[in-house]
Order: sequence, then structure tokens, then C-alpha cells
Amino acid sequence: MPLVKLDPAPGVADDIWRFVEDDAELPADGCVVVSAARFSADSDALLTRNMQIGVRLSPADDPSDLAEHMDRIALVEISFPKYTDGRGYSQAQLLRRRYGYDGELRAVGEVLRDQLLFMARSGFDAFQFDPTSGEAAATIEAALSEFTDAYQPAADTRRPVYAQRAAARTPVNA
Amino acid sequence: MYRYDEFDAQLVRERADQFRGQVARRLSGELDENHFKPLRLMNGVYLQMHAYMLRVAIPYGQLSSKQMRALADIADTYDKGYGHFTTRQNIQYNWIALADMPDVLDALADVEMHAIQTSGNCIRNVTSDQFAGAAADELEDPRPWCEILRQWSTFHPEFSFLPRKFKIAVTAADTDRAAVRVHDIGLHMKQNADGETGFEVLVGGGQGRTPHVAVTVRDCVSKADLLSYLEAIMRVYNRHGRRDNKYKARIKILVTELGLDAFKAEVEAEYEAQQNHERIELSQDEVDRINAYFAPPKFETLPETSDAFERAKAGDPAFARWAEVNLNPHKVPGYASVTISLKPLGVAPGDATSEQMRVAADLAKAYSFDDIRVTHVQNLVLPHVKLDDLYGVYVALDDAGLSTANVDLASDLICCPGLDYCNLANARSIPVAMDIQDVLVTSGLEAEAGKLHINFSGCINACGHHHVGHIGILGVDRRGEELYQITFGGRADEKAAIGAIQGPGLAKDAVAPALKRVVERYIALRETKDETFIDAFERVGADPFKEALYAAG
Repeated sequence: MPLVKLDPAPGVADDIWRFVEDDAELPADGCVVVSAARFSADSDALLTRNMQIGVRLSPADDPSDLAEHMDRIALVEISFPKYTDGRGYSQAQLLRRRYGYDGELRAVGEVLRDQLLFMARSGFDAFQFDPTSGEAAATIEAALSEFTDAYQPAADTRRPVYAQRAAARTPVNA
Repeated sequence: MYRYDEFDAQLVRERADQFRGQVARRLSGELDENHFKPLRLMNGVYLQMHAYMLRVAIPYGQLSSKQMRALADIADTYDKGYGHFTTRQNIQYNWIALADMPDVLDALADVEMHAIQTSGNCIRNVTSDQFAGAAADELEDPRPWCEILRQWSTFHPEFSFLPRKFKIAVTAADTDRAAVRVHDIGLHMKQNADGETGFEVLVGGGQGRTPHVAVTVRDCVSKADLLSYLEAIMRVYNRHGRRDNKYKARIKILVTELGLDAFKAEVEAEYEAQQNHERIELSQDEVDRINAYFAPPKFETLPETSDAFERAKAGDPAFARWAEVNLNPHKVPGYASVTISLKPLGVAPGDATSEQMRVAADLAKAYSFDDIRVTHVQNLVLPHVKLDDLYGVYVALDDAGLSTANVDLASDLICCPGLDYCNLANARSIPVAMDIQDVLVTSGLEAEAGKLHINFSGCINACGHHHVGHIGILGVDRRGEELYQITFGGRADEKAAIGAIQGPGLAKDAVAPALKRVVERYIALRETKDETFIDAFERVGADPFKEALYAAG
């Protein structure tokens, strides 16, 4: 399935990461992603490993478990087993806004075109995304540009409409 | 009322364009129904028994005459010449072709309307007191805060895939006409000890299979803190609400399973954690900007009473009766709020023809500062009519079949569409409701009984609010037979309560005669004419009513 990263512009990227099941042995090298449970149980060993570490959150996982290791984690995958399960949006917002996570935040699982804007606004910058037709990066770019503005603050750089209104009211020279 | 600026207008246009693309993908076969379903649901498009249904948002139930005319035009052009006003203060069309939906959304956008978040597991259209800005008993106008909530909740990136749908209602009067205690969140505007207006926040009310009355989680949240506090509640719900069973997914179940204290502690901890840099800081400027749209219209200085009004009542008993029943006191002397009943005999409750919509629009334009409201009881309101003008308004309503004098009376019942339209229903509701109306009105019992709320749902999902009817009726299916269970003692107001089922269900033809006996029993046992049905019920208990209900015909 194509991996699309938003930075610097939406484009298909190679995936250097591999997910290691909880009961499988860690490979000697390479970038690995482990479950949040394994990360918590084994964080000392994982962090002393001389490679970047990635963590996959399932919907019930608590992102605060990662909070003290933010600088050592280079990838967080948030999984959407079903697109209707919206817990991943809260996990993403917490990681970005409360715990200051600035590494790659990737949506995996049932990632559909019409959820992409909500995901991007919640702080995701990478998507494992299979377009039903057309090209993945172009589809993502189109989906993210369907709405110009947003009413509320989130984890993205859009300025909420209320702040834009306030700026429009303030004279430039004031 | 609120008017769109360029931001609001652009967003609604972009939504219509987006849906046009989605419908094109569906019609071309690129999307199958499974993948289209979540998209159409986000736009209020349901697949019903016979056709697609479109639910249009009427934010906090307010319409201008121009908007009402646009709704009438849509009914004529794309539907069968009528629409159905709902308990969410919205309007539904039952017969719109899917291919026409994008054009309908464009027509709505032309008059600053949309169908955003009228379905789906998101924050739905915010509802309020139909007399907001007019009622003599309100603390202040709640509509600016409804509009602030509308904007905040629209396409909220974190709260668009909640465990279940989420409904918020706002009232600013102690007499609750917005049923805030049976909403996921109810906001009751009140003053704190320092005389500042804030919001009592009630959480976990709702109907459906497991009815609950909401409980207070904070006694008074300041205006400045409201959105952040709501974000805290929503985040706790989004993260911890149940997703394993759709019938246990509403926030009321989370509050019950955690316990109120634990739920409150979660919310307070989340709210505290947001204080650093996740607060929503709505500037006073922006609040003022929105407030300005709801500034009172230019009321005339008038005496408390009107000679013309008194003369007309003396000369026309039908008008006098209508005025007694369908008016609500206004905060400005010489004005009243008029309720236009959509519950005449022989019509599905809440239905209005396009012609009737235009009559309401014309009257609002001429006599009510261009302001119309939709009530959660499925009626319309002209909020600001001069007493001097009431007779003229009444005559025009009468010509259009809109002068039924039954507000808050037995035939002013709330009713879901039932098995005639709805996939979920177990039983027909509209024909049985019509029987009840007919029996109670023609016998004269309705007039004798006074205030009585009868609510009717065709299935356990409770769209007809049967749990909070003084008398509730629930249609069930028992081995292929439609039966009707009766509840007593519910109420949706500031003393909200859930009605209790009285016993075995009644057959379709037995419902109206049984309710007739119940109302007769009430009239026989009330202490004075001022003791309403629900007051009498609360005084004497269910037994005499239950006995009347099951007495052999």
C-alpha cells in the first residue's frame, strides 16, 4: 500500500520501517516499529538500541505512556482498525499539542479519502493510503484542499476563522 | 439573526462542491453503497424505506423568511410539495432523488443553509429555546452561544467520529423549553454568585433504549471557558466512550458506567491539562461580533394591552381561544410570540406544505421582524408579533389551515414518522396518533384537560420522545403484530423525568379509546382545573390512570 508523506509536498515515499510483532525477536539492525505495550514493557532495551524506534498505537492505547520518550521516538503509527473509530484523532492531537511530539505521525489501517483532512488537521503527516482510483499523492492533495478554512484550532497550522476575523479587524499600523 | 461572512459562505459552498463530487463518484459506480454511506450520512442523506431522505440543518431552529421560502421551493422542485419539521428543529424531505441532492445543497447554500452534521456520529445541530430573544422569562439570549457552538463543532477534526451521535441543547430560561436534560450535553445559562452569566453543564441525558436524565457536572462554567470545557468533555467521551455496542455508545452510558464522580474527575483532569496551550481563546471581539447579529430588533414602545386585540377576541371566539392557547409572553410590552401549530387533525405531525411555508414566511416578513422558529415539538413560531397585529396574523393563518389552537394540549403531540417511512420502526405511528388526536379533540376532552404532552415513538429508538411524554406511546412488534405500550409520568422540562411503562401493549385500535379513558380519569380526579395532568399524576401516582388504561372498553 502506498505511503504518502505530506512534507515538503504530498508524495509517495519509501517505507524504511518494519513492524515487529510482540512475540518476535528484534532484528539486529533496521528501523523497527513496536506496539505500545512492547514499548512500555521493554523501553530500556529498545532505547539503548542504536537505531531509531517507532511505536504503533492501537485505539485503546494511552499516548501519555510515550510522553517521557518523545525525543527518542522517530515514528508514531496510529492505527484505525475501522474508519468509524475516531480515538486516533484524540491520540494524535495529544501527541502533537500536549506532549510536543514532532516526529512522523502516520495513519495506518482503514484510511479513507474523506477522513484525510480531519487526520491532517489532527497532526498526521503521513498516510498509508490506497486510493480506490487515481494516484495516491494527488488524491491526498485534492482531499486536503477541499476546504480552505477551519473554525477551530487543531494540531495543524491553519489559523481558525475566529483568529482570522480578529486579524482582519485589527488595523495593520496599530 | 446570524448572517454568513465570507468564511462561513465559502465553507458551505466548499461542502456543496465536495458532496457533488462524492455523488458523482457514487453515480458513476466508482463508489459502492458501502463506501458512499459514510459520506452521505455526513450530509444528512439517509436511505429510507422508499427513497433517499435529506435532513437540512436549521441551526437552533431559526429561519428568515427568505430561507423559509427556499425550503418551500425545494419542496416544490425536488420533493412532493411538503416538508417535515423534526424534533431536532430541522426539516426533512422524504422524496429527493440522489442525483438532485447536490443541486439542493447549492440552493441551500444560496440562502446560508446546509445539511452539515445532521447525521453521523458527530456533534449534531445545536438546539435551543424556540422563544430565545423573545421570552419574558429568559436571562439573556442564548442564540449567540448556539452560533458559537455551531461554528466550533462544524467539521471538528477530533470529534467527527465519536462513538455515537452527540446532541447539545441550550436554554437561558429556568422554564426549560429546550429539553436540555435529555440531551448528551445540556447547557443552562444562569448567573454565578458574582452576577456573571455562565453555563450550568449537564451531561448524559438522552432517550433511546436506555433513557437518562442528565446530571450536572459543573454548576457554572464562565463564557470564556465554555468551549475549552466542552472540548474536555468531548475528548473524554471520544477516548473512553464504548464502541463495542452501538446501543451502549452514548455518553450517558459512559457517565453511568464510570459513575458521576469518576466521570467528573476525568473531565476536570483533562480540562486542567488543556490550560497550558490547548485552550480555545475566543476573543471578546469575536463574541461581540456574533452578539451583534442577535441584537433585539427595533421594537416599538407600546402599551401592555391592545384595544384592537381585546376587541377582536370579544368578536371572534375562535380567535380568543387561539390567543389563549397559542401565545407566549414577550419580554417587550405590546408584543407576543405566536406558535403556529403543525398538528391539525388528519395531518402527519410536523408536516407543512410549501404553500404553508410561504404563508409563514410572508407573515414573518410583515409582522415578526423576518424571524421564524422551528420548535422541538414540531411547530413553527413567529417570535415577535405586535398584539395589534395578532388578529390579522390569525386570519391569514386560518386561511392556510394553520390556526389550530392546541399548543401544549393533547393533540399537539410529538410523533416520529414510524413504519410508514422509517426502516427502523416496529410499528406505525402516524395513523395511530391521528386516531388519538381525533378522539380527544372531537370528544371535547382536549379542551377540558388543558396542558398534556403525548409523545409517540414507532420503535425503541425514541425519536418521538415517548420517554418524556406525560403520556408516552411506544410501538413494538410482537410476533408480527403491532402493539403499543403506554408510559406515564415523563416530562422534558426543568423537572425532567422518564415515564414508566404501565403494562402489556395495546392493539392498534385500542390505543385511542384507552387514552380517552385515562384523560377522563384525570379530569375526574384533579383537585382544581389548574392541576395539570402531570401534576395530578405526581400527586396520586400511576394506579388510577393505569386502571383506566386497562379498564374493559
